[in-house]
Amino acid sequence: MTVQELPGAAAYRPTPPPAWKPLTDPAPLLPDPEPYRVLGTDAAAGTDPELLLRLYAELVRGRRYNAQATALTKQGRLAVYPSSTGQEACEIAAALVLEDRDWLFPSYRDTLAAVARGLDPVEALTLLRGDRHTGYDPREHRIAPLCTPLATQLPHAVGLAHAARLKGDDVVALAMVGDGGTSEGDFHEALNFAAVWRAPVVFLVQNNGFAISVPLAKQTAAPSLAHKAVGYGMPGRLVDGNDAAAVHQVLSEAVARARRGEGPTLVEAVTYRMEAHTNADDATRYRGDSEVEAWRAHDPIRLLERELTGRGLLDEDGIGTVHEAAERMAEALREQMNADPALDPMDLFSHVYEEQTGQLREQAARLRAELDAGNGAHDESGAEEGR
Amino acid sequence: MTTAAVTAGERTGRARPATMAQALGRALRDAMAEDPTVHVLGEDVGTLGGVFRVTDGLAKEFGEDRCTDTPLAEAGILGAAVGMAMYGLRPVVEMQFDAFAYPAFEQLVSHVAKMRNRTGGAMPLPITVRVPYGGGIGGVEHHSDSSEAYYMATPGLHVVMPATVDDAYGLLRESIASDDPVVFLEPKRLYWSKADWSPAAPAPVEPIGRAVVRRPGRSATLITYGPSLPVCLEAAEAATAEGWDLEVVDLRSLVPFDDETVAASVRRTGRAVVVHESSGFGGPGGEIAARITEQCFHHLEAPVLRVAGFDIPYPPPMQERHHLPGVDRVLDAVARLQWEAES
Repeated sequence: MTVQELPGAAAYRPTPPPAWKPLTDPAPLLPDPEPYRVLGTDAAAGTDPELLLRLYAELVRGRRYNAQATALTKQGRLAVYPSSTGQEACEIAAALVLEDRDWLFPSYRDTLAAVARGLDPVEALTLLRGDRHTGYDPREHRIAPLCTPLATQLPHAVGLAHAARLKGDDVVALAMVGDGGTSEGDFHEALNFAAVWRAPVVFLVQNNGFAISVPLAKQTAAPSLAHKAVGYGMPGRLVDGNDAAAVHQVLSEAVARARRGEGPTLVEAVTYRMEAHTNADDATRYRGDSEVEAWRAHDPIRLLERELTGRGLLDEDGIGTVHEAAERMAEALREQMNADPALDPMDLFSHVYEEQTGQLREQAARLRAELDAGNGAHDESGAEEGR
Repeated sequence: MTTAAVTAGERTGRARPATMAQALGRALRDAMAEDPTVHVLGEDVGTLGGVFRVTDGLAKEFGEDRCTDTPLAEAGILGAAVGMAMYGLRPVVEMQFDAFAYPAFEQLVSHVAKMRNRTGGAMPLPITVRVPYGGGIGGVEHHSDSSEAYYMATPGLHVVMPATVDDAYGLLRESIASDDPVVFLEPKRLYWSKADWSPAAPAPVEPIGRAVVRRPGRSATLITYGPSLPVCLEAAEAATAEGWDLEVVDLRSLVPFDDETVAASVRRTGRAVVVHESSGFGGPGGEIAARITEQCFHHLEAPVLRVAGFDIPYPPPMQERHHLPGVDRVLDAVARLQWEAES
């Protein structure tokens, strides 16, 4: 029986709902189905040789930095190091697309981006070394503290970019997060705020395949992480994260867009974490050699090297020079990290509040007295055991 | 509503009855007028003026960039405030109700409380988080929590609770001016409490971290804060009928904690009862009682007692009167202070 057949149905005139129209046209926000590539494609011809050479030198230096830092964990000089080997193209491009006045919001894996932005290699490791939390003044370098909780730095980037725009400053914030971090509530809230406020922010997701051991397919059911952008009303861009020229180009466009006042962009860089999550992780438990080898063939340094040598922009000598410079950086880092940092235990109480509370003054006095009395708990051997 | 009443008082230049909500709103207004870096953000703080109307008129006077209606997302609100403070602004965040602040807990604990410490003093965060808190207004569940114990257990946060109209204005002004983050707990059931108050010449108040003796007495000390202050003052008046002369100390902030004022009072009176409406187990009263015992043991004539809310999830409104410590429960505790041992 249809509605028309009901007794009295002829008199029934449903009220139509008020007119509805979508707030935003989704079509221009959707990412391309394939990650954008430059190296090895026709697009490569249009790239700036200077930029490619700079990217190459930074990639090689970054790879060496990752190797040196990993070695330092084995020597007990670093408490932990989450390597970004294989992801250097994302790290370097993130640092190089920003102007001095812009801000970088790195996650714990993004030491390399901070170093490429100009942070002292030792200062960048203070957190992972375990002597202090953040070894640098974030305002001086416009680099937020390396963020250990997942995705919580993203709303900070939004707030900072929003504040800068309110002040009339031409500043962009670039915030980095991993594929696992996109599942966190703060990722959602940050993207939503950024889009609503049209904040000059670029979100860079480094999709490196795994959140510790959990693969992307168990992390999300979305077509890609870049597709998430459309729901927030911002463009999503998908890029080959091992193609330094492509990542640089896509991020540059997103930064330029933000600077023009056109709002945020979500960039997903598809890459691969060649090492384990950290030195404390055993990657053989959750992935096979063949998968790793397939990605090794798509190594970001080799891709760029092939492009540069193919175009006659780089030869064996040039490669040698770049590697020597990286080696010197590693040597200096090794030397500096072999010296124990000078720490003052009283600093524990110095920066909890602007002015110490009465309770903290009492506790500081107690520690001072213990130190003055030469209490065994505070001597060097104790520190060694705790390491 | 608030604006009209405050303006009337201002015109005559005399102190007139004003509510705590009005004094809080005026504190926000004056702070924003004095300092262009002060920004208010939260849900419904703009056009609506906040569900308690504390932010009434701010968006109109200062524009939506200074008093901003945000998306409904507490972690996002506080997280954005962190970034704003990193860039040199002084955000004042409104969490609509106590229990709605929990999604922002990670931002509060991991970033707001720690940024100064993490950066070796290079990057303090001058954020004020206003939380309408506590019960007694007939709210349904998730609208009446007392969450101060969570906040006071987090080093790096100041935890401030006004109980008078003067303090509402003075402590909020000081919180906003502070370079440290402050969790500012506004007792909902005192929002409509009134006192003679002049927005043109607000009374100076003691700074954050100083407790105030609201009623001097000799027999015992009632230690309290926020919504329980009026309860304790009423109990102290009623106790005179029993011949007890009770001193009432208003802590005004749990962090910093004023050991000096509390210990001096208890040493004078020899007896102490801590009164608050949040749960007793793991609550502020345990910490306060321990501190008193450590510092005043030889002056104590009786164990330090606690009068607190029961250790239950906040009850539904038709039952909340059984949960909230009232005058009788305070007087019962005073009666248990081993008076027979006095002679």
